[in-house]
Amino acid sequence: MPGRLAAGMVIDGFTLVAPLHRGGMAELWTVDTPNETKPLAMKIPFVHEGDDPTAIVGFEMEQMILPRLSGPHVPRYVASGEIEGKPYLVMERIDGTSLRPLMDEGPQRGEEVAALGAKVARALHALHLQHVIHFDIKPSNVMLRSSGEACLIDFGLSRHLHLPDLLSEEFRLPLGTGPYISPEQVLRQRNDPRSDQFALGVMLYVLATGHRPFGKPESLSALRKRIWRQPIPPRALNPDIQPWLQEIILRCLEVDPAMRYPSASQLSFALEHPEQTVLTERAHRLTRGNLMTAFKSWLRSIGQEAGDVTQALTPASAPIILVCVHLKAQASLLQAVHDTVTRLIASQAHMRLACLTVQKIRAVGIDSTLDAEGRNIHLHHLAELKHWAGDLAKAADQVTFHVIEASDPAAAVIDFARHNAVDQIVIGARSSSAIRRFLGSVSSRVVAEAPCTVTVVRARGEASINA
Amino acid sequence: MRIAVFSDIHANRQAFEASFAQAAAARPDRIVILGDIVGYGGDPDWAVERVAGLAAQGAVVVKGNHDAAIATPSTAMNDAASAALDWTRQQLSPAQAGFLSTLPMSAIIEDLEFVHASPASPASWPYITQNRDAERALAATKSRVTLCGHVHRPTLYHARSGGRVEHFVPISGVAVPLLAQRRWIGVLGSVGQPRDGVPAAAYALLDTSANTLTILRAPYDVAGAQAAIRAAGLPESLAARLARGA
Repeated sequence: MPGRLAAGMVIDGFTLVAPLHRGGMAELWTVDTPNETKPLAMKIPFVHEGDDPTAIVGFEMEQMILPRLSGPHVPRYVASGEIEGKPYLVMERIDGTSLRPLMDEGPQRGEEVAALGAKVARALHALHLQHVIHFDIKPSNVMLRSSGEACLIDFGLSRHLHLPDLLSEEFRLPLGTGPYISPEQVLRQRNDPRSDQFALGVMLYVLATGHRPFGKPESLSALRKRIWRQPIPPRALNPDIQPWLQEIILRCLEVDPAMRYPSASQLSFALEHPEQTVLTERAHRLTRGNLMTAFKSWLRSIGQEAGDVTQALTPASAPIILVCVHLKAQASLLQAVHDTVTRLIASQAHMRLACLTVQKIRAVGIDSTLDAEGRNIHLHHLAELKHWAGDLAKAADQVTFHVIEASDPAAAVIDFARHNAVDQIVIGARSSSAIRRFLGSVSSRVVAEAPCTVTVVRARGEASINA
Repeated sequence: MRIAVFSDIHANRQAFEASFAQAAAARPDRIVILGDIVGYGGDPDWAVERVAGLAAQGAVVVKGNHDAAIATPSTAMNDAASAALDWTRQQLSPAQAGFLSTLPMSAIIEDLEFVHASPASPASWPYITQNRDAERALAATKSRVTLCGHVHRPTLYHARSGGRVEHFVPISGVAVPLLAQRRWIGVLGSVGQPRDGVPAAAYALLDTSANTLTILRAPYDVAGAQAAIRAAGLPESLAARLARGA
């Protein structure tokens, strides 16, 4: 772009309207173009002699990655190009605000921290499913859309696992933002989606306590401290913080990625269902622990494979499986569903199992679940569901139980699956009957409308009997 | 413009037919053959006829070391390769041998360069297997994108001006953007004798308007290609390795 940018300049059909932001690596302008009615932003990196080369390479990464992303959790890509050898990128201008101002407002209530954390975790999961790790999650890079969804911005330090990582070999310093960078990024490992979970854990820590867990390190040695030294437990700073929230935050901040949640969707799940969080020593810790043991074993594990592609876990290997249990079904069908789930989870070390039963109510408002009888029925179903699960629940931190009252069971199952980013639904199909043919079955609606894989289970023999 | 690029066919009829049919579905505007049409495989006569036919229709074809060795036997080849070439020489007509001997060492289309081994001393057939080999190659050409074969394992090397050379093993079917601010050396896999552990034939699609390079794999009748090698009495190792892609 010739000379300085100014309002009114036209670049490839985009008219510069007003400067939006001037960061360390790029300028952001609002732009207009005749074919677009929604507000747009143009990003132009500083590519002059002597500019930080990470700005240039980071911009190349963003040019590669942004056009390949879709969904509400990222800005919509519009165009990219270059003028006189200088590149630019045009994208949707997010209607909303970043989380940055919130960080200065002091400690937030646990429920609010969890709700916000779940939104960001859902956005991270959507990104990870598209084979991209953000690597620079921090409040200023998370926007909240006016619709409520979290939208991640700035992919300058990101990596697409199917594309060249232009940043990994060229730069010898850790890439990230001091307060938020994960230990493995400090050690220049750039292959694990769980690094983003660590950064989110830092954000949740700040939101809950008003303090940064690792301060604001300025030097490499200060940055490395987080590898050796645990943060002060949040409850030591703010006793109002619920044990479940400390459990979740400290799990995100584990030095070894393998100790964190296997996927961002599982983290989101935990934040959405705090009452089912299994509290470990983390929840009750009031002083920093000793990290050396965990750290040493982790270092050994990453050393095993020559520094790259080690224990990284992709969302595909950490599924959330939802099993729908109709407690009144025939014993043979309940057993068949149980058998199917047993087979399914046998090889899934990182899965999370959600057991769901829907209690059908006639219509909203008529059956109150708040009265004593309603609560009794609810608890009774919960007990029955846990009894059905039996030894499926042996890894307690991987199984949750949900009793939902709904007038439309199929819709309830589909909503639950969508909201919790479920990867696979297991559901039993009752044998054919005149009533079911007339009303339509829950399982067939789930198959037709669920946003994920659905496995329909039949009791052995039933299909042939009724075929 | 979409360019389908095939390298190291090595007289493997089944592999070339399968990859060519798959590539044709993408309706490429041009065909480029990066050399080593013969050697190792059991159908040299068919392979040369097919490639000569494509050349007559406008395909760009450059010479590989096995093609060159038909006219000028090389002392650098291993026993199996030499045995295959000795046999191949007897299968080719003078016209076919003549076609191979007149192939150019490299070809340039706009800012793209095509050469069998490397733009750096191409006639000594160096292998680009490390960043520093790619650095030498980049120093020897002004082209923005250079595509080579010869190694039989796909790898993309790239560098921005003044930056270090880096490399990346492309994932089959993923279009890699050839960022304009960088220069690229694409070492393609082999159609007829893949050595990256995947038996399927490797080829590439270069899209100059989207500015992307995609490495693709075409599964083919490996048993058929092995049968041709065995029928020709060539070393068993040449047949066996096709099943392993190694």
